[in-house]
Amino acid sequence: MEKVIAVRNLVKKFGSFVANDNLNFDVYKGEIFGFLGANGAGKTTAMKILCGLSSPTSGQVKVAGFDIYKETEKVKRNIGYMSQKFSLYEDLTIAENIRFYSGIYGIKPAERKEKMERLLKNLDIESARDSLIGSLPLGWKQKLAFSVAIFHDPKIVFLDEPTGGVDPITRRKFWDLIYEASDRGITVFVTTHYMDEAEYCNRVSIMNEGRIEALDTPDNLKKQYSAKNMDEVFLKIARNKE
Amino acid sequence: MKQFIGFLRKEFLHIFRDPRTMIIIFGIPIVQLMLFGKVISTDIQNAKIGILDQSHDNTTEKITSKLLSSGYFVLAKELQPGEDVEDVFRKGIVKMVVNFGPNFEQNLERDGKEDVQLLADASDPNTARILTSYAGGIINDFVKKEKLQNVQLPNQINIEVRMLYNEGLKSVYMFVPGIMAMILMLISAMMTSISISKEKEMGTMEVLLASPLKPVQIVLGKVTPYLLLSFINALTIILLGVFVFGVPIKGSFFLLMGESFLFILMALSLGILISTVAPNQMVAMFISLLGLMLPTILLSGFIFPIRNMPLPLQIVSNIIPPRWFIVIVRNIMLKGTGIFYIWKETLVLIFMSVTFIALSIKNFKIRLE
Repeated sequence: MEKVIAVRNLVKKFGSFVANDNLNFDVYKGEIFGFLGANGAGKTTAMKILCGLSSPTSGQVKVAGFDIYKETEKVKRNIGYMSQKFSLYEDLTIAENIRFYSGIYGIKPAERKEKMERLLKNLDIESARDSLIGSLPLGWKQKLAFSVAIFHDPKIVFLDEPTGGVDPITRRKFWDLIYEASDRGITVFVTTHYMDEAEYCNRVSIMNEGRIEALDTPDNLKKQYSAKNMDEVFLKIARNKE
Repeated sequence: MKQFIGFLRKEFLHIFRDPRTMIIIFGIPIVQLMLFGKVISTDIQNAKIGILDQSHDNTTEKITSKLLSSGYFVLAKELQPGEDVEDVFRKGIVKMVVNFGPNFEQNLERDGKEDVQLLADASDPNTARILTSYAGGIINDFVKKEKLQNVQLPNQINIEVRMLYNEGLKSVYMFVPGIMAMILMLISAMMTSISISKEKEMGTMEVLLASPLKPVQIVLGKVTPYLLLSFINALTIILLGVFVFGVPIKGSFFLLMGESFLFILMALSLGILISTVAPNQMVAMFISLLGLMLPTILLSGFIFPIRNMPLPLQIVSNIIPPRWFIVIVRNIMLKGTGIFYIWKETLVLIFMSVTFIALSIKNFKIRLE
């Protein structure tokens, strides 16, 4: 399988505090990779390094086949990113947001128009094309933010706790979009602290105090820790550490 | 380049879609200028006075009509001898009373001097001072021109006070440079710092940084619209000053615009610096208002002369950028001086811009790590 993310001996220190302590993992093409951990476990730090928002203290990191030190520019062209606060401009309309992000990634106007029509149809929000983002319900905003993050067909999309603050049904619908993207060959790298979401991932890694404590499919992890669900797995790992 | 134009389009949409931003950018400059120029003007116009003329001769009537035709005074009440002068002040009918004693003309011709009493309502000391000095000036002028032409007085001393550069002591001349400095600070520094910290607050900054855009492009994209708008504002204020208030531009117009451009650049880099420190829009606004607007109003020499400040404040005023800009603008507009007389102030502004940009880059890097 094609590796889209390869991390070797990644260390990130802030002064004497070690946020990422010698991380090693690979992520494969089309995979949905869950990045779990309690708050402050170091998952956001690691993700920022993978996105080129922050540079590591030491270690080798390749994203989309490019070195994050030397080829940051190429890395950025090949990834999408959605932040916790869904990254659309509230005072712009849907069409204007799409136009802006297309411009940044160099998508041609003709291509943009065609893709936008498809996107609006898929999400069933054609009538809202010229509505301001601020006036839309939270569930719509999140779906749109995700669709915009993968509008330029990146190899990998990074989602930083994308479903914060919404109910389980909306969350489930959001995950349908993630599956669709994964079917198209886009690798999805998602951080979350909802354990029901962990079940939806192909593989999950669980971080604790800057280290990756476990990395496998949800089923294997449940077997390994003889747990009923991911929640128990998570708690057992956290307790073992104490 | 296309990326950049797209970025600018988005920035302008943000600006044009937010009524508050529009009011700050386009409303405030005009309102400020009108307020300072017309309402808070310290000029005297049509001040109400009373005349107590106990002689009613040729000279007193001439002086009275001179006073009333000057445009500064209107006659509110003609007092009769024996009437209670204090009463008209208490009732607020007049601000000043001109009192001619009996046999005014005769005394003047005989002794070559005579007294006129000016009574002013000094509960508003500033106005009282201005009123008496205006009236005194008019009376002196009259006496000199009409009465002393043929009289040769041996040791006569003429004291002539002339206000240079602002002969009418028009306050709007003083306010235009100050308002320019204030508005440019407000729009350039405050609006940029708010608009950049808004991206941080909304989480869109991370998305922009994770995109192929370079940090420099992002900052330039955020700053350019405000550069344009500030420049338009500088022009508007100057045009209003010239055409509505008759403020002269004695020096080079291009030098003036060049210096304004430099000041805008300085303010923009200050705005960027603030945004690297402020985590959200609220903090950015407070830093800008308290850290920039108040010193601009109080310590830049805009309203209170720097020379009259206590020494510690005089020293502090040196680090207030508008202080230098106001000197530059007053010199160019009112005195017509060229770059040779303001190169020191210009250098200070250049030095400040470079410092702010360097600090911003340093802060920005720390934040990224």
